[in-house]
Amino acid sequence: MSDTVIKVENLYKQYRLGQVSTGTIAHDINRWFYKVRGKEDPYEMVTGLNTRDIKDNSEYVWALQNINFEVKQGEVLGIIGKNGAGKSTLLKILSKVTSPTRGEIKVKGRIASLLEVGTGFHPELTGRENIFLNGAILGMSKSEIRSKFDEIVAFSGVEKYIDTPVKRYSSGMYVRLAFAVAAHLEPEILIVDEVLAVGDAEFQKKCLGKMKDVSNQGRTVLFVSHNMNALENLCDRILQINKGQSYPIQTDVRRTIQNYLFDDSTIQKHQLILGEKYNNFEFALKKIYLTDLQDNLLEGNCFSPFDDIKINLEGDLNKFDNRLRIGFELKDSNHQTLFFSFNRDIDENLQIDENKNIKFSTIIPKHMLNEGEYKLHPWIDLYHLSNINDSENEFINFTIQGKISNSHYYNKSRPGVIAPLLTWKQSKI
Amino acid sequence: MLDEEKWTEVISAKRHLLDINLKELWRYRDLIILFVSRDFISTYKQTVLGPIWLFLQPLLTTLTFYIVFTQIAQISTNNIDPILFYLSGITLWNYFSDCLNKTSNTFVSNAGIFGKVYFPRLTTPISIVLSNLIKLGIQLVLLIAVAAYRVIFNGITIEANWTLLMLPLLILILAIMGLGLGIIFSSLTTKYRDLSFLLTFAVQLLMYATPVIYPLNFTSGKLHLLISYNPLTPIMENFRFALFNVGSFDLKGLVYAGAFSLITLAFGIILFNKVEKSFMDTV
Repeated sequence: MSDTVIKVENLYKQYRLGQVSTGTIAHDINRWFYKVRGKEDPYEMVTGLNTRDIKDNSEYVWALQNINFEVKQGEVLGIIGKNGAGKSTLLKILSKVTSPTRGEIKVKGRIASLLEVGTGFHPELTGRENIFLNGAILGMSKSEIRSKFDEIVAFSGVEKYIDTPVKRYSSGMYVRLAFAVAAHLEPEILIVDEVLAVGDAEFQKKCLGKMKDVSNQGRTVLFVSHNMNALENLCDRILQINKGQSYPIQTDVRRTIQNYLFDDSTIQKHQLILGEKYNNFEFALKKIYLTDLQDNLLEGNCFSPFDDIKINLEGDLNKFDNRLRIGFELKDSNHQTLFFSFNRDIDENLQIDENKNIKFSTIIPKHMLNEGEYKLHPWIDLYHLSNINDSENEFINFTIQGKISNSHYYNKSRPGVIAPLLTWKQSKI
Repeated sequence: MLDEEKWTEVISAKRHLLDINLKELWRYRDLIILFVSRDFISTYKQTVLGPIWLFLQPLLTTLTFYIVFTQIAQISTNNIDPILFYLSGITLWNYFSDCLNKTSNTFVSNAGIFGKVYFPRLTTPISIVLSNLIKLGIQLVLLIAVAAYRVIFNGITIEANWTLLMLPLLILILAIMGLGLGIIFSSLTTKYRDLSFLLTFAVQLLMYATPVIYPLNFTSGKLHLLISYNPLTPIMENFRFALFNVGSFDLKGLVYAGAFSLITLAFGIILFNKVEKSFMDTV
């Protein structure tokens, strides 16, 4: 027996667009008529793709199309995708809230989902009563809840208000209590969808810790989130869903997340080509682009703090001038200058052979920039005397995203302009 | 090779028509009980009179009926004390109509919670029928109290007979019928919302087609025949016979009502079962 606990095969889910109204009966009758004659559902053939922004004429849409994947026991599978990509639909099918149109899912063990915590909480009931009600809704028996009751209350941290109706709770307390119930379910498979959006930092830590515990106990977790750091921390593998279709599961969590984020940010420029614009100057800047250390062009513009980024400025050196500086200015998303850097910074008497084609490059080392968006403006001048290029309007941008340290508690970006990774030593005095 | 693996569950598009998971429903019996207590606690919280409303409702309706049908329209009540006649009818009728009305919007009013968590959906209508049963019990106590008052202070004689022992059976049939019709309606209203408007009207009409405010022998001709076919009629008539010993015990009618209710429930469960899988897409 293999240790696969979830197996999704050729899963399809069709939705009807627009209003469900007068056309419904006609379609139902038509559908039934086709079925009686042993034909395929006529509306499945005219079903459009899951695209949010492009409108086509089909009345039906495939929210999920040909989804296939397997999850092994004890694994934490992260699921990412844009809004409307089909993540929630997939989770709804997994948690049996709705059924697939085609295909099937095979499951080993009890699935519990935290699609939204606090489901079934009744505002008029007290915390105590709600623990029992909510627990029962999630599939626990009364005796099971009773045996875990104290643990649940302790985890939630709302002991004092346990006999107060939950409508008097603050929203944070409400979520704490709800999550506490769900966290003590002990199912074989746990589905978690964006529970971390609420609650304070301390509680978020507690939740993530609980999820880690769950997977350490050999139980499986499916985790949907837009919090890339939490995903990177918790997940062993990542399933990416795009327009209702799944990409093959990736084990390189960091890389998958970077690729996904790059997909997301198409408006950004990661390369700047200037052409003939500065042909009459000492240095005619033609092209700025980013590469890795091996000079492979970086296609995206979203990098991890673990990436070295090489900056390349390419152009024609028409006339050598010993005042000529080639460099750049780096700005953050608030238009604050982080620093300038020039080719003459270290050796002021640098001589360059007059050469038609020349490339200047430098490296922004890994673990230097904090998470964030950056703008890189090329800056070419003759020692402040005159600027050659239009540094204001010429730039490329890139994003640094991902956790900086390998700590499991690292979930939110650290504040700060830079985020260097410094070496620490300890010694007895 | 892979098929040898032991999957505990297979989620797929098609499910057999009669694949009703009663075992699962039994596993969730605690939930049903909790739903019942939730309904009870939440209905009367923050009302001034609280559960006293349970008494006021039937009493005020009885008073209205007494004024309209006895004083103004002067409809016979078979020489039964009109107050007790109406109150007994209303008590049973209210149970049936509450079960039907409240279960009929199971899907629509619980869409929020059904859309997030899976549990056997049948727990909801069953809990409604049970919590109304508690209400019925309280109202039957009221009926006894009023009867005692009438006997002691107004010198009315009541001849209840042994068939009163059948009351639990009558209530069971009513419950099954209310549940069955309710879940049929709730399944259909997920797609065709028009039916909920129709139901309000239909329940009202059904009350007049049931001997609640008049005895069956008050009607005649085709109307009499029509009302006799109403499966609720033998229940009302048998209840009144048991209480007031007027008329006769109608075994045939009772069997008819019982069979009708079971068929309704079976049909309802099949329909409900079919709809519960995918109603989230249409509701």
